[in-house]
Amino acid sequence: MKKKLGFYPGCSLEGTSREYSESVISLAKRFDIELEAVPDWNCCGASSAHNLNKILSLALPARILAQAEKAGIKEILVPCAACSNRLITTQHELFEEPELKKEVEETTGMSLSAPIRILNVIQFIQEYIVPELPNKKVNAFDKKVACYYGCLLVRPHDILQFDRLEDPQSMDEIMKTSGAEPIDWPFKTECCGAGLSLSRSDLIGKLSGKIVNEATERGAEAIIVACPMCHANLDMRRPVINKYMGKKLNIPVLYITQVIGMVCGLSPKDTGIKRHLVKVNIN
Amino acid sequence: MSYRPNNSLSEEVLEHTKVNSAGCYQCGKCSAGCPLAEEMDYTSSMVMRMLQTEDKAIEKELLKSQSIWLCSSCEMCISRCPMSIDIPKVMDYLRQKSVKEGLQNKTADKNIVAFHRSFLDMIQLTGRSYEPGMIMDYKLRSKDFFQDLTMAPKMFSRGKLPIFPESVKNRKNIQDIFKKSKKESI
Amino acid sequence: MARIGVFVCHCGENISATVDCENVSERAAKLPGVVYSTDYKYMCSDPGQSKIKEAIIEHKLTGVVVSACSPRMHEPTFRKACAEAGLNPYLCEMANIREQCSWVHEKSETTTNKAFDLVRMLVEKVKNNHPLESIKVPVNKTAVVVGGGVAGIQTSLDIANAGHKVILVEREPSIGGHMSQLSETFPTLDCSQCILTPRMVEVAQHPNITLYTYSELEHTDGFIGNFNVRIRRKARSINEKLCTGCGLCCTKCPAKKIESEFEQGLAYRTAIYVPFPQAVPNKPVIDRVNCRYFQTGKCKVCQKLCPTGAVDFEQKDEIIEVKAGAIVLATGFEVKNTDFFPEYGFGKYKDVINGLQFERLASASGPTQGEIRRPSDGKIPEKIVFVACAGSRDVAKGIPYCSKICCMYTAKHAMLYKHKVHEGTPYVFYMDIRAAGKNYDEFTRRAIEEDGAKYIRGRVANIYEKNGKLIVKGADTLMNGRPVEIDADMVVLATAAVSCEGSESLAQKLHVSYDSYKFFAEAHPKLKPVETNTAGIYLAGACQAPKDIPESVAAASGAAAKVICLFAGSELTREPIVAKVNRMPPPIFSTCMGCGMCKEVCPYQAIDKEEIKNRNGETIKTIAKINPGLCQGCGICVSFCKSKSIDLEGYSNKQVYEEVLALLNS
Repeated sequence: MKKKLGFYPGCSLEGTSREYSESVISLAKRFDIELEAVPDWNCCGASSAHNLNKILSLALPARILAQAEKAGIKEILVPCAACSNRLITTQHELFEEPELKKEVEETTGMSLSAPIRILNVIQFIQEYIVPELPNKKVNAFDKKVACYYGCLLVRPHDILQFDRLEDPQSMDEIMKTSGAEPIDWPFKTECCGAGLSLSRSDLIGKLSGKIVNEATERGAEAIIVACPMCHANLDMRRPVINKYMGKKLNIPVLYITQVIGMVCGLSPKDTGIKRHLVKVNIN
Repeated sequence: MSYRPNNSLSEEVLEHTKVNSAGCYQCGKCSAGCPLAEEMDYTSSMVMRMLQTEDKAIEKELLKSQSIWLCSSCEMCISRCPMSIDIPKVMDYLRQKSVKEGLQNKTADKNIVAFHRSFLDMIQLTGRSYEPGMIMDYKLRSKDFFQDLTMAPKMFSRGKLPIFPESVKNRKNIQDIFKKSKKESI
Repeated sequence: MARIGVFVCHCGENISATVDCENVSERAAKLPGVVYSTDYKYMCSDPGQSKIKEAIIEHKLTGVVVSACSPRMHEPTFRKACAEAGLNPYLCEMANIREQCSWVHEKSETTTNKAFDLVRMLVEKVKNNHPLESIKVPVNKTAVVVGGGVAGIQTSLDIANAGHKVILVEREPSIGGHMSQLSETFPTLDCSQCILTPRMVEVAQHPNITLYTYSELEHTDGFIGNFNVRIRRKARSINEKLCTGCGLCCTKCPAKKIESEFEQGLAYRTAIYVPFPQAVPNKPVIDRVNCRYFQTGKCKVCQKLCPTGAVDFEQKDEIIEVKAGAIVLATGFEVKNTDFFPEYGFGKYKDVINGLQFERLASASGPTQGEIRRPSDGKIPEKIVFVACAGSRDVAKGIPYCSKICCMYTAKHAMLYKHKVHEGTPYVFYMDIRAAGKNYDEFTRRAIEEDGAKYIRGRVANIYEKNGKLIVKGADTLMNGRPVEIDADMVVLATAAVSCEGSESLAQKLHVSYDSYKFFAEAHPKLKPVETNTAGIYLAGACQAPKDIPESVAAASGAAAKVICLFAGSELTREPIVAKVNRMPPPIFSTCMGCGMCKEVCPYQAIDKEEIKNRNGETIKTIAKINPGLCQGCGICVSFCKSKSIDLEGYSNKQVYEEVLALLNS
């Protein structure tokens, strides 16, 4: 029987991170999983709304959750770490605080009856892909990799209860099953600069630069990510990084779904690796 | 029972975020791990200390600080805080309050705050964040036209910048949400 | 006719701030049977007690109700006062209007009403009290001390020197505890072994002390003055009588790569081993889990080497039953040594060690003969970062308390390092320097001012390894939280002091209370610091809370003093709050049917069956018989008795019913 799962792509996956979306969708297809997008979804507010307006920062994700609920979605995949963080915390806060929930429901004009299960991409891979992986694997990703979790994948830990906060292991384990050798490195959860990408790109050079440089120095051949913001900063912002670091860092940045896709024989077109700014010289 | 003085910023923070700034004993573990601490005028543990003073002049200084805008909400601080103090939530509140009072830091207002405004304007317009549109809007606000100009062609050629914005069908719903939340938020 | 006196205490402002004490007193005066009522600021004070005594005599009182704090606090005080005025002490009762009223309610009329209700209930109860006489039980003048660290050693020597027998039970193969692992001690920097080992020897040679090492307390029952203690002597696989401690057996043992517990994993030991050269007793033990013979059935090298034939592979655990009048718990503490701090890399990086490991590195008898060399490659570190509060005062990690000893030993570590490696730089990350003790603050100042320890006020965020260095990321909170990064060669974490493994189950075996961190609880935090809630069981040292050596020793001598007091008389007076079977004469009229249900449920084995015989020696009735020496007055038998033939003295069914009815009939 074909498995069916709700899907919230989020804005980045429709724009600057198209390849992430493409690789998630191709991978799901390869594993016979039907992804059903939330009808008429909107932006979750991501890294901006919470800075300026509390109710708005809850109302935008609440609308998405309500739209999903209306479509009968009980479990939803949210590949973008920032979006999944927003959706998970919003859902948690609303169901913890009935008064706040009421206020937000009045703002959106939609109600929420029960929490739905929100999966980040790692949880999705652990549950839906890894068990089937041995059957679909056609080659190994025989590389030393630096798994970069970023800030939001394992946080907030109290609500997420996923992996551990310091030196997380879940991505590393998945990479091992793909034949890669994850390196031990200290910057797995250091911030890349995230939402400051556009407004303070000078800082991205420093923050992301540290991360890319450390991965390179420790002998990684690729950095593996699971968040479009991390990817944008480590990949698209590479010229800024190289300028700040004063050297040319060539290490490619791959989405975890792209790597698994490659292992399962998906074409470069399916995984979208051609869209990266830092060229991927692997396979 | 609470014996706090009334109308302090820390009390306001407690009310709106349920975070008790008195819990902080300034161990500095948050500042030590904060990726942006070096850039900040007040590091996170100082921010908590400033709240604890309940001194009007210091509270104002805090709301005018650049730190609250530099915080990227990465949550490293809370994940290591021995007292589990939700500093990112406090930062959210301070940013909101600072804008409401018109105290936002002058430097940050030109870039970081401007970016958030452009971002939200874009969503208000279409329901989604359309990057080219947002970038244009931001550049008008920040008057920083040349930064990142060289990136655009590369992004277009890789299909990373869509030419037309995607939009939510029920745009009225989105606009209602913005209207209502502007009224109700602090 | 009852003549009851009511005495309402203000407890300073503790009660009077929320309860209108005068009002309670005035209303109590009108209760039937009450002939005198008054209120006073401090009823427990000398003038307060005098008021009670005078009233007893003047008004010929037949019962007294003191409405004040919890009876756990002052019942003995007031009962004694009554006795001094010639009233049987068990005709005095306390109404708790502090813990159960004033402390938990706001000031209001309702609160005063509640206080009055509590008084009224006790007035009804006391009308049904009758005089009781305290019970005398014999005292067995032997003490069992559990744990042979410095506290256990001190307590044992003090009791033994007072002329009483002591049985010292130690879990490890040697006594000495953590103190024997320490290098030098603060604030005098005298060598730990030099001051401890003579006392260890004294214990072993003392005629009044029986030492059982490699042994554990398995079971206890009984009560103060009369405990029965079962000790398991684990099989040492060595006949201690034959062994001369020559050490030949350890030289050829093929299992060599076992991490030494004493050296905190920084050195190896063999499977047959003496934990450290100064061990008492200086006799080896075979670690059966790692012994080649016990694992594969072949080897026996040690047995062949032993010149006296002391190695005994067939030896079994031995169970010893002893009788004791008192038990002292001195089981000590542990330092956290797991990777409960993934951000600090303990367990992941070899050169991130804990404080106890540093003690071994700095100890002349340690794995490096006292040279400070880092575990990974034996290099002498140029920079060491000491991290205080690694886990302590950390609510998120579940340890909100201060471990108390770390500030001082960290200053000592920095000092010792500097004394041994002059060109080295010690950094200390701290939050507060807690150096409240004689010559303690002077000591930490010396570390900073004279020995150049660089103190940075801030907590370390994380530690990672890079190019053979440990990068320590901290902040200087005295400089606006400015980030500080140090490339250290070694990091010493002052990990939290926690209760010993197994302390919870030990506490349960002994019916001793413990706190949420599994440290044993004292009976009163200020006035009974070495007593437990179970009479006859005392606490010494860090099993109660983190303590340094002077404090542990002081507590140990305190516990010893309590034991010696207990052993001073040959008899012990006990509260007569015991169960009693209805034996209305003639015995045949007793309502007890002899079903024996009470005997089954009694947790103290205090009940037996008694056969009542006629003149011809024929059994005419069987009834339950309670040994008042063993009965603890728990009342379980009362609730199980189908024919309502058992009553608890001082808390009879009638008394309790009258008390409750007083409330219901208001």
